[in-house]
Amino acid sequence: MTGILLLEQSLNGLQFGLMLFLLAAGLTLVFGIMDMINLAHGSIYMVGAYLIASIALASGSFWLGLALGIAATALLGALLELAVLRRLYQRDHLSQVLGTFAILLMSNEAVRMVWGSQPIELNPPAALAGPVEFLPGFSYPAYRLFIIAVGLAAAGLLYLLVTRTRLGMQVRAGASNREMALAMGVDVRRLFTLVFAFGAGLCALAGGMLGPLLAVQVGMGERILILAFVVIVIGGIGSIRGALLGALLVGVVNTAGRTLIPFVFDRIMAPDLAANAGPAVASILIYVLMAAVLFFKPQGLFPAHG
Amino acid sequence: MKTIGLKSLRFTLTAAAALLCMAGPAQAADKVKVGMLSTLSGPGAGLGIDIRDGFSLALKHSGGKFGGLPVEVIVADDQGKPDAARQTADRLVKQDKVDFMTGVVFSNVMLAVGKPIFDSKTFYISANAGPSQYAGAQCKPYFFNVAWQNDNLHEAVGKTVQDKGFKKVALLAPNYPAGKDALAGFKRYFKGEIASEAYTPLSQLDYGAEISKMRASGADAVYIFLPGGLGINFIKQFVGAGLSRDMTLFGPGFSADEDVIRAVGEPMLGMFNSSQWAHDMQNPVNKRFVADFQKDYGRMPTLYASQGYDAARLMDAAVRDVKGNLSDKAALRKAIAAAKFDSVRGAFKFNSNGYPIQDYYLRVITKDAQGRITNRTLGAVFKNHADAYVGQCKMPAL
Repeated sequence: MTGILLLEQSLNGLQFGLMLFLLAAGLTLVFGIMDMINLAHGSIYMVGAYLIASIALASGSFWLGLALGIAATALLGALLELAVLRRLYQRDHLSQVLGTFAILLMSNEAVRMVWGSQPIELNPPAALAGPVEFLPGFSYPAYRLFIIAVGLAAAGLLYLLVTRTRLGMQVRAGASNREMALAMGVDVRRLFTLVFAFGAGLCALAGGMLGPLLAVQVGMGERILILAFVVIVIGGIGSIRGALLGALLVGVVNTAGRTLIPFVFDRIMAPDLAANAGPAVASILIYVLMAAVLFFKPQGLFPAHG
Repeated sequence: MKTIGLKSLRFTLTAAAALLCMAGPAQAADKVKVGMLSTLSGPGAGLGIDIRDGFSLALKHSGGKFGGLPVEVIVADDQGKPDAARQTADRLVKQDKVDFMTGVVFSNVMLAVGKPIFDSKTFYISANAGPSQYAGAQCKPYFFNVAWQNDNLHEAVGKTVQDKGFKKVALLAPNYPAGKDALAGFKRYFKGEIASEAYTPLSQLDYGAEISKMRASGADAVYIFLPGGLGINFIKQFVGAGLSRDMTLFGPGFSADEDVIRAVGEPMLGMFNSSQWAHDMQNPVNKRFVADFQKDYGRMPTLYASQGYDAARLMDAAVRDVKGNLSDKAALRKAIAAAKFDSVRGAFKFNSNGYPIQDYYLRVITKDAQGRITNRTLGAVFKNHADAYVGQCKMPAL
């Protein structure tokens, strides 16, 4: 029984980590390459989830919603970059934080105006709605397995894109030394628009993947954005590999904490003390991890900049 | 020159304000002012908007008047934040001098705004928040709750789970005071084995770890108190994990009303929940409320909307019974306490602590005749149920 629980919790940790990776990847690209703090990243995730949910609800097909929603969100990201964010690159980080925070507030209200305040429906496709039984007594939700698969596929694809293509080379060059990349003739304006649109598409993918597990509602982006920031701080800003490993670390540590800490505390403390301390300690564990990483390796575990 | 101009302007304004104060009405009011302070933005906004809309509908039904007097409603957003709410409440009672306050959704916000409201001798008619503090030792003569005491819906599920003969229950609630109160309310009436009990952060998104533990615990029923988005997240994941086949899912009405159903859809079918109200109650007041709410707002009403509706009905009846004389606080309090209004839930009366004595019902989510996913009332769990704290209340004088 405990073996099965352990296996299940490992899958939970992996799944939660990959879920965060989808969001953190876009964030770290934008942050690392454009040197831009984008608080509106969570809003793009929200808009993506709403678009996918609406198209899925209207058409009756989750897959159609996913495909169109991602394309529409990427387009929206490109427009946002061209119209607003482009003007913020030259400013300091405080202006960027304020500017993108304004976008965050405006998108929340815009979504409320279009879709209303109540959360909207997005369910997994029927084929993935139930659990899959591996062994008698051991089953796991099919949709979560699907998230693991998509997360791994996205990570692999990103890896190939960054290490094997010309665009990836430019992205890496931009991340490690922007001036040199400019001097070598990289069209940085076009690159930034592309990267931002790509990041927005990843956001929408995350929104579409997570929508069937989480509430699609106004403000859904803020909570998960905090976790995504923790991930990229741990992993090292600007590095896709860092984002992947950071996300997995956060996922596993968080899940293990929620499973093990109440279990351990119950055995070493009085029950009422354990009931209070257990959940509290479990919920701050990833922030403790982040503080430790910042203390010992301020650049993160896998920094992109030399 | 500029300084002098400013000074004289300031003097003029001060004088005008002083004059206005003196000119204030002494007796029967010519209108009723209501401060609707509710959560209209942020994650809890759906709840506050439903309360506001239910209130507005009742006001429309009474011709825009309470007890024959025109009504001015001042709507303000507390953003679900105690500090913001406190400031706005101060303004409403001191500057706008409202006659009634209502609308707060969350108990932590309620406890923050209570003091300025009660100090200014303004009656608060709660359309949702029902903290145990105001029901028991710290009960207030200016506080009435037209919804429930926070524990009541949890107690009703505890009794249901006990009566249905479930042996082992897994419990889940957020790690904050109302979460602990909720599970305490449940355990007040459920005497079987608690297979697991988990408290999660209010910001938690993924419940994979808790769901795995529930499966491992071998529970035959699950009780969750996860308001708003938390409940949506959990129910989707619970059903996705296939646990709904082995365990029966229970929750309070707030985890299973139209707002949650609209966001989750099919996976909610079969969930049992408790409420003091349901849209299928067959009394004329409720039928009119449900039909007109759908007509005006294009969605089904929730229990929050029904509570907002009743808050306005109560104010209407109280103003009518004191014949518009809102300055006689003792008479007004008596009129409110008498609760001579037709509630959408049928029988309703106040206990000595200003909280309801009423029936609580079990509902289940099914498909109705038109194929809509919605609640169906199964029957009463409690008749004339009072809260557990009334004994500790020694009501102070006005």
